[in-house]
Amino acid sequence: MNLFPLLPLAEAAPAAPVNYTALFMFVGFVAATLVITYFSARKASGSNAYFAAGRRITGWQNGLAVAGDYMSAASFLGIAGMIALSGYDGFLYSVGFLVAYLTVLLLVAEPLRNAGKYTMADVLAYRLSPRPVRAIASLSTIIVSTFYMIAQMVGAGDLVKALIGSVISYNEAVCIVGVLMIVYVVFGGMIATTWVQIVKAILLMSGSVFLSVLVMSKFHFSISEFFGSLSHITSHKGDAVITSDFLTPGMKFKNPLDFISLSLALVFGTAGLPHILIRFYTVPDAKTARASVVWAMVLIGVFYIMTTFFGFGAASLLGPDFIGKNGGGNMAAPLLAREVGGNLFFAFISAVAFATILAVVAGLTISASSSFAHDFFTNVIHHGKEQKPGEEVRVARITAFVVGAISIVLAIGLGPNANVAFLVGLAFAVAASANLPVILFSIFWKRFNTAGAVSGLAVGLISSIGLIIISPTIMTIDAATVAPAARHLIQHAPLFTLTNPGIISIPLGFLAAIIGTLCSREPSAEEKFTELTVRANTGLGSEKATAH
Amino acid sequence: MSSQTPRDFTPESAAPTDIAPLGRTGSKPAHEMTAEEERGSVDWDVIAADADFKKLLAAKIRFILPMTIFFLVYYFTLPVLVGWFPDFMKTRVGNVNVAYLFAFSQFFMAWIVAGIYVSKAAGWDKDAAAVLAKFKK
Repeated sequence: MNLFPLLPLAEAAPAAPVNYTALFMFVGFVAATLVITYFSARKASGSNAYFAAGRRITGWQNGLAVAGDYMSAASFLGIAGMIALSGYDGFLYSVGFLVAYLTVLLLVAEPLRNAGKYTMADVLAYRLSPRPVRAIASLSTIIVSTFYMIAQMVGAGDLVKALIGSVISYNEAVCIVGVLMIVYVVFGGMIATTWVQIVKAILLMSGSVFLSVLVMSKFHFSISEFFGSLSHITSHKGDAVITSDFLTPGMKFKNPLDFISLSLALVFGTAGLPHILIRFYTVPDAKTARASVVWAMVLIGVFYIMTTFFGFGAASLLGPDFIGKNGGGNMAAPLLAREVGGNLFFAFISAVAFATILAVVAGLTISASSSFAHDFFTNVIHHGKEQKPGEEVRVARITAFVVGAISIVLAIGLGPNANVAFLVGLAFAVAASANLPVILFSIFWKRFNTAGAVSGLAVGLISSIGLIIISPTIMTIDAATVAPAARHLIQHAPLFTLTNPGIISIPLGFLAAIIGTLCSREPSAEEKFTELTVRANTGLGSEKATAH
Repeated sequence: MSSQTPRDFTPESAAPTDIAPLGRTGSKPAHEMTAEEERGSVDWDVIAADADFKKLLAAKIRFILPMTIFFLVYYFTLPVLVGWFPDFMKTRVGNVNVAYLFAFSQFFMAWIVAGIYVSKAAGWDKDAAAVLAKFKK
């Protein structure tokens, strides 16, 4: 059970003929985003503009951008593939991804906007001792962002290889994605990132609506005919013919605790994902932040409801056998598009998937580089003072370049077909176990202090990474037939049998934060709680939008 | 004042343009103040002790806490039922089953909770503005 199953493409996938339409659409999207970056670059000077788009993004724009930042290739291609191959269990991801936004809306978004400036750590450092808290929060942010990014880049390389493999190799595809995201973030900062995400969200939503409508047209727009077709889907396992009801739970997960652990990571992880949280700094005030969460919830909800049509639709119209033979789960949505809409639509959906990856990696890059520049460089090393004007932005640009370069090298080093799905699962687990407990406690618990924050972050980080390493996602004995690149990293029987660490690591993160707090007293942190509460609830003294 | 303002030497790129242009004198307009500059200008304790502010906080907690518990319980009922009561979840309802319908209902639960929250929060915005208006010098 991987959180976002970017399944490795089947080795036996036939060499795809060059899909020039897809190539032209890729190039078209890239050209559009470079134009956006060019115009953004002229405005992206100064910290507020570079890190927070001048805080002048409107509610619906930020809603689209949050949706664009969040709905990764893994959720478009991965969930479609998982529902197509494992039925109902895949749909549980769809549910969790939306409900998670209630945690963001009710508990985190508004206080964060009112009390912070550029990064997640701003809220934590508000009343705690800034240097230790920022150092470890920055580490957590960079870990979450780079791991998530590598999974996306390997996915992008695989996708491009499957579509236009004879023109662009895996390595070239990874380089193209990496270079583009560096260009967006280094030159265009948060403004370019935001607009790339908005364009991507519009493309993804329209692509999904078209795909769903075309699927339903195959069922004469009859919901009951559509669901009726799901109860007897046949597939082959060796020589045996299996007929399964795709609406029945349990095709993928056998252990009930797996369901619970996954649900915990989803519903608490989203509110701790740094690249989502920093989006709330781009709006003028908490009220707009709230409106943008609602916009995002509408878009994200509609999108995940549509996974019903293109996920189950792929199972029904193509069948699991066909998907398995033609590139595996990640190709389910593009293959379905070809089946119902022909080659042109296939090219469009593939280009949408590519756009999806670019927008998400850009969001991750800016989150990692803002955190390094603002939290680590300016605040930890230089005690919160810029040595020279514009230094923070310059450091962020250099960091974005370095982070991008490292991700390219790692994604090429891992190679196509690498089993990297656990990296995304890890990002959610770290966000839920390390980030969320300390965010909630610093906003709502007066007694909370630096020792609690540091121990909560450290224990959350270490326990989620440690448990993933000994879980079946990394530690499994593969059959001799498995290709070397797709083999699990540790060939040993798993020591921890659940695939998601959430059920253990999330309580551990909370517990460590509580114990750390109770072991020491920090009167200054308690005194500043009044200030934080007034700020968080009234917006008094919050960062303003920049004027023109 | 604009006639006396010296030329703006702010460089084109990587400049801290969120700070007032070089050479301008006098205090900044409110929208250009950063949080740090506003920090000393407010007596937080006085606002925190205000009866209306306390009432606002209490109202928020009274709504947010039960709502959070409600959506978490409603959401976690899904994996619990799927995990431990698979036979109940397989019960057919027309061409679908209880498992799908309950999962589907989660989307509407999320939208309804969000809708109620937003309408409540609009009232809190007004209350917060009223509290701040009292302390405006």
